[in-house]
Amino acid sequence: MPVEIDIAHVARLARLALSEEELSTYRSQLGVILEHAAKVQSVPTEGLEPTAHPLGLLNGFREDLVRPSLDRDEVLAAAPDSADGYFVVPPALEG
Amino acid sequence: MADLADLTVATAGERLATGEASAADLLDAVIRRASLTEAELHCYVTIDHDGARRAAEESDHRRSRSESRGPLDGIPLALKDNFCTRGLETTCSSQILSGYRPPYDSTVVARLRDGGAVIVGKTNLDEFAMGSSTENSAFGPTRNPWNPERVPGGSSGGSAAAVAAGSALAAFGSDTGGSIRQPAALCGVVGFKPTYGLVSRFGLVAFSSSFDQIGPLARSVADALTLFEAVAGHDPLDATSYPGTVPEARPSLETGVKDVRIGLVRELSGEGYEPAVTAATNDMVAQLEASGAIVSEVSLPSFAIALSAYYLIAPAEVSANLARFDGVRYGLRVTGETVEEMMARTRAEGFGPEATRRILLGTYALSAGYYDAFYGQAQRVRTKLINELANVFEQVDVLVSPASPTTAFELGAKTQDPLAMYLTDVCTIPANLAGTPAISIPVGLDADGLPIGFQVMGPALGEARLFQVAAEVERLATFDHRPEILAAAGDRL
Amino acid sequence: MTDWEPVVGIEVHVELKTASKMFCGCAVSFGEDPNTNICPVCLGLPGALPVANAAALESIVRIGLALHCQIAPQSVFHRKNYFYADLPKNFQVSQFDSPVAINGWLDINLDGTSNRVGIERAHMEEDTGKSLHQGGGGRIHSATSTRLDFNRSGVPLVEIVSRPDLRSAAEARAYAQDLRALIAELDVSDARMEEGSIRFDANVSVRPVGAGELGTKVEIKNMNSFRSLERAVASEIERQIALLEGGSRVIQETRHWDEEAGSTRSMRTKEGSSDYRYFTEPDLLPLVFAADTVDRLHSDLPELPADRRSRFEGMGVAAGTARVLAMTDPELRRIFTEAVAAGSDPMTTAIWVTGELTAVLRKTPSSKVAGVGLAGLLAMVKEGKLSSSAAKEVLTEMVASGDEASVVAERLDLLLVSDTNAIEAAVTEVLAAQPHAVARYRSGEEKVIGFLVGLVMRSTGGKADPKLVNETLRRQLVG
Ligand SMILES: [Mg+2]
Ligand SMILES: [Zn+2]
Repeated sequence: MPVEIDIAHVARLARLALSEEELSTYRSQLGVILEHAAKVQSVPTEGLEPTAHPLGLLNGFREDLVRPSLDRDEVLAAAPDSADGYFVVPPALEG
Repeated sequence: MADLADLTVATAGERLATGEASAADLLDAVIRRASLTEAELHCYVTIDHDGARRAAEESDHRRSRSESRGPLDGIPLALKDNFCTRGLETTCSSQILSGYRPPYDSTVVARLRDGGAVIVGKTNLDEFAMGSSTENSAFGPTRNPWNPERVPGGSSGGSAAAVAAGSALAAFGSDTGGSIRQPAALCGVVGFKPTYGLVSRFGLVAFSSSFDQIGPLARSVADALTLFEAVAGHDPLDATSYPGTVPEARPSLETGVKDVRIGLVRELSGEGYEPAVTAATNDMVAQLEASGAIVSEVSLPSFAIALSAYYLIAPAEVSANLARFDGVRYGLRVTGETVEEMMARTRAEGFGPEATRRILLGTYALSAGYYDAFYGQAQRVRTKLINELANVFEQVDVLVSPASPTTAFELGAKTQDPLAMYLTDVCTIPANLAGTPAISIPVGLDADGLPIGFQVMGPALGEARLFQVAAEVERLATFDHRPEILAAAGDRL
Repeated sequence: MTDWEPVVGIEVHVELKTASKMFCGCAVSFGEDPNTNICPVCLGLPGALPVANAAALESIVRIGLALHCQIAPQSVFHRKNYFYADLPKNFQVSQFDSPVAINGWLDINLDGTSNRVGIERAHMEEDTGKSLHQGGGGRIHSATSTRLDFNRSGVPLVEIVSRPDLRSAAEARAYAQDLRALIAELDVSDARMEEGSIRFDANVSVRPVGAGELGTKVEIKNMNSFRSLERAVASEIERQIALLEGGSRVIQETRHWDEEAGSTRSMRTKEGSSDYRYFTEPDLLPLVFAADTVDRLHSDLPELPADRRSRFEGMGVAAGTARVLAMTDPELRRIFTEAVAAGSDPMTTAIWVTGELTAVLRKTPSSKVAGVGLAGLLAMVKEGKLSSSAAKEVLTEMVASGDEASVVAERLDLLLVSDTNAIEAAVTEVLAAQPHAVARYRSGEEKVIGFLVGLVMRSTGGKADPKLVNETLRRQLVG
């Protein structure tokens, strides 16, 4: 079963600035992989709940306790751009 | 055996205890080995000469005051480069994290440091642990010590090759779809993936959160258990970490397999399996039976579809897990007029082709209109597989199969065909889908002198049984071959 | 000409005031230096994992119960995927199709009528960091760069979504106010609109009266007071009606409220924001609240504003005043309750407490005024010992000094003269001096009485009980 893929839309959702050529390569590769993956659709699964966690554990909360934060200078040292204690990025196009 | 770099962790521990060797000696030995092999094999992304030296000195100092901290104190270990290490580069073999120094240690690293382990460095991997050959590394591939024209497997290929080559006594890797067991098989070492949740994932750079599990690569089953014990146990920083006690497996190392019920998985054989692999597997099953095990063939139909489900769920999780690499707070930034453009360019340049492919695949599988047919259905198939396994484990104690359908393949053989590469994980993926433990033990060589791995799978938290059988497999296999490169290196020593 | 019916639903984001953030141990605190409350988790560093804060989950269960919601036996966290610079992981941990609380309601009160507003859901999520747009006057579109502060990133948020049950801007405001009062009562949030610890978005559509289907809805954001919420909704309703009457269509979009312009304006849409690719958060386990925990939290709920309002109404307080009183400061309510217990009339007391006392205490915060004291003051007014205006003066002084009403009234020389003999004498004197006015009154010009009352009041230095003066005048004039 061939799979229909709007690869440009997918790349936009994933925030990947890919060239036309790259997009077309990925589209055909994804097509092959998805055709294989689509075999899951032939498995009868009525009445089965989806599994998101393999062990079926629950809750796993933490107490509301404050722990020390990171050193800002150490964190900002790894940042591509920073000023006055802030991370700095180019202006946003979208609100 | 002359060289300290070839010792098991257990033997090295004895040498340390008797004073025959110091932690500094052990470190010197593995560093010397690395200096002889790294140019060809490229197991490491980073070797932390200074940090390792300091840790070895501290260990020796502790030992001189009888304050030694246990079986890993002073042992030189390697870590896959997707474990966060404070102040030490953690790249995931990706351009997007090149030069990145985390401000914190992962839980496993913290526990290893507490135990006095000497962290030699960070090993190469397929970018963000996505791959089965360690060719998807932004810093170049790792080569197999048994034959440098061959891949070491992946994604923990650097760790597997380092253990095989002697540039670490043992190592840690992560296993999402077989990334410990498959390279262990291809490099002739033991690789163990614990039950999901037994080892904290905090500080392991996430690939696919519901599959990722940390585990050891080692030269013996007992060493693998020692490494596992050193890091296992609940971590309050990982909500998915198992809150109960860690199964006690050590006593079962010596018990043999009499009356243990072993199921040979029918679906993990046949077409696509190299005859030598099949023969070695069947031979080992026969030997186990001769040792008193009750062997039967079992069928798990969902194993045939596991790969398809995996290649929907894992990329979906990847697409979200790798969204944070955007050039804003750390790592690579490629400039742009707007923040949106900056992010999109950074990600396009920073991720290699396999990471990009899986991000696209996962984004697609989760997107409106496709979710239910792909991601949702894959999760239901996952449930089906878990149920099948639970049923089978009513009838048998462990399952056995090859760890990989083939021995190490040539570099470049599958890089142009992503699906063919994915298919190399067919034996290992079911345990990741189910969150169950599995181990690969080397059992022999094929005609080309390449190692063959034998896989033992247990039920969730069934580590005791798993190690019981694995230890017997190891005894029966008497695998004492050495890669030729070491024989050559040995001559130079 | 069509009559239009507005349909409004409100989404509220409430920042909880837990000690630590939703998924990490960083402190929840405001106004600190940028990027000082950050850690691997809330900064989205590689390898970090979230662990849910039990106290935040308890808070959302309490909110759900207070809104008469069902608490789901099991609920799940999801990842909501979208790229934004101040969203560190580029997904927000939220809840999609299995929120903690569903199907509740809140009774709101507007102009004395009560109205039940359906609550669709309340779910748990995490806040984003803060973007400061540099240059271009802080506006997004002309900014030259953006600064990011992640102190707020990961602060626990409860999102409460109403059903589209509101029919006017005024109702929208009443809902927002009553919901805020409920949150304040539960003490789970600072609930300050100005600081953004409670944020309201409105979904507005209009349809012809009687139509069953809903019109196209527009989401409006960026209102930072109840007043601006009401204005924004009103302006949006007007805009939509004008569009439809002009033969155009309403476009489904998000619009920003511009306080200065007094109108909403279109926001540039986030690319692909319509596809959030929700899926179960694999790093967090499903939430299960034990029935006995939920029962305990339910029985431990404080009296809620709507219930309190009904109770006050039952005591005879008019609906509007009861609403204000129910939402007012607990200290003022304590004074009200004590005063009523000491014998004051509930309605009169409620008016004084929500009016004069609130005003006085706002000017001079004090803890010196007791309910018994207020009861004493009101009794003096009732008994004619003090005029209403004098009573206000007395109250101010009581608040300042803590002295009893009678003591203060005497000290300020404000007691009314209710000595009948003195008033009889003063009246006699005034009537004798005003034969002309007396004649006019007797010829039927009744309004002259006001003039005469004034003269008597003046001659008694303003301290005579006006009621008594009036009665005495009428009696003597007849006689
Ligand atoms: Mg929200
Ligand atoms: Zn934090």
